[in-house]
Amino acid sequence: MMTDIHSGNIPAASDIPETSRVPASDGAKIFKKTRDDFPILKRKIYGKPLIYLDNAATSQKPFSVIQAIQTYYENSNANIHRGVHHLAEEATSAYEAVRKKTAAFIHAKDHHSILFTRNCTEAINLAAFSWGRKFLKPGDEILLTEMEHHSNLIPWHFLKNEKGIELKFIPFNEEGILNLSKLPELLSSRTKLVSLTHISNSLGTINPIKQIIEAAHEKGALVLIDGAQSVPHLPVDVQDLNCDFLAFSSHKMLGPTGVGILYGKLELLEAMDPFMGGGEMIREVWLDHSTYSKPPWKYEAGTPNIADTIGFGAALDYLNQTGMKEIQKQEEELTRFALQRFSAEKEIKVYGPQNFKIHAGIISFNLEGIHPHDVGTILDQEGIAIRAGHHCTQPLMRKLGVSGTARASFYFYNTKEEVELLLQSIQKVFQIFHHAAAR
Amino acid sequence: MLPLDELYQEVILDHYKNPKNQGTIENPDYKGHGVNPLCGDDVEIWIKLENGKIKSLKSIGKGCAVSQASLSMMGEALQGKSIEEARQAVEKFKKGMLEGGELHFEEYPDLEALEGVKKFPVRIKCAVLPWNTFLEALESHPSA
Repeated sequence: MMTDIHSGNIPAASDIPETSRVPASDGAKIFKKTRDDFPILKRKIYGKPLIYLDNAATSQKPFSVIQAIQTYYENSNANIHRGVHHLAEEATSAYEAVRKKTAAFIHAKDHHSILFTRNCTEAINLAAFSWGRKFLKPGDEILLTEMEHHSNLIPWHFLKNEKGIELKFIPFNEEGILNLSKLPELLSSRTKLVSLTHISNSLGTINPIKQIIEAAHEKGALVLIDGAQSVPHLPVDVQDLNCDFLAFSSHKMLGPTGVGILYGKLELLEAMDPFMGGGEMIREVWLDHSTYSKPPWKYEAGTPNIADTIGFGAALDYLNQTGMKEIQKQEEELTRFALQRFSAEKEIKVYGPQNFKIHAGIISFNLEGIHPHDVGTILDQEGIAIRAGHHCTQPLMRKLGVSGTARASFYFYNTKEEVELLLQSIQKVFQIFHHAAAR
Repeated sequence: MLPLDELYQEVILDHYKNPKNQGTIENPDYKGHGVNPLCGDDVEIWIKLENGKIKSLKSIGKGCAVSQASLSMMGEALQGKSIEEARQAVEKFKKGMLEGGELHFEEYPDLEALEGVKKFPVRIKCAVLPWNTFLEALESHPSA
């Protein structure tokens, strides 16, 4: 019987010296130091060390990212483009350097293919409005999946209402794996776009996007990949994948909030209509008409989020130095361990694939007879931050037949000890609720 | 008492596990459906009057211990009251939850167990949902 998570066989996280918090496997050694790079990971919550397992919502930020933003404001702050003074020049080149860095990070051929937006949601909306509004006709079809985040559903609902297009959906099975045998009947010459997530934010499923992209291209359809949960966690190569659009977000990959990225093939970005109108995106303006700049600036009306984009650049540096392959390896090991430990517990229902090779570091679960919000509140009192609810995937939850799940999501700075402490705290949840049931 | 023990008191867990007044009413005088889109708490209530008083309040709900216990208790607390008395009780409860008033109800002392929720600001909306649903039910059939 567990009375307190800190009295079990596993030492409390606060009792473990910082330097030995990570198990000493080869891959993990590299990550020993990394926790020190994240100021917030030293925080205590209700007197207990913070165990941050809500990385699918947003990641924590290393000192270098926080510092980059501060340094920009202290030394280089100016509005970019068009400025003739020194600071404007400096800010412009810092901002544009991040565009090049972003292109290199996802192996894009040309940095003009990188558009900065407010977030991943806006990136998907940009594609839907600028491409969809111009090129879709009544009767055209867009193929999505049943596991999409609301941000990859609702923009298409708008277009359905506006343009009279049809939406179709690739179903997933009881393990949360897409049923690709349905692809031949779902894809046709009417399909103009397949838009799907690389990794499900609710199930952790890693989708075989390369195979889907190939199948879509054979039918002449374009493919948009929602990379919000994948680009931060594994190497993504847009040329190898041959996707037409890729949307992702800075704040889930060590960067600040307020910066999203849409990659698009250049010929598409040239053909599409602008997203918003205003400064920066124009070539010539008369009182009653205007012509537009080239991509990417055509899509970046108004002063962009300069400081946070520069912060995002520091995040990319950090990820490059750590190595995306190493990050992937570290998280795979943590996920393998967590899936094993969680599935050994009879009263815990874990969603998503059992095979860790196609299950990213997102463990979605429910405890028999206990609502995820109650789980979240009790874990919070132990200093453990998880998410509880529908995770912006209501149709997926409806299919699972639940109102929500509890979700623990990892980044490379998480440790096996933290997973153990999570499991011990889950015992405390059972204790509180089963105590009442036993009476 | 630790905040968690205060939140998950036996009274609350009992109501959660064995909710009172579950079910529906055919031809109700009032009917309401409340959801909390952020967390998925879902509450449906049916109200039948007799001689101007609430003869029966039935409900079906899905959600966390706090919202469902609150729903179960609300049914117990409001039955037998006139619409005006019930409205006053709901306002008193909401004031207690949202503005730091007391949750002392002589006619139904169980409600005091929800005091512990106040220490968890993000959970207050769970406790209030059924009561707001009751008010909305009254609005949806103003002529009844």
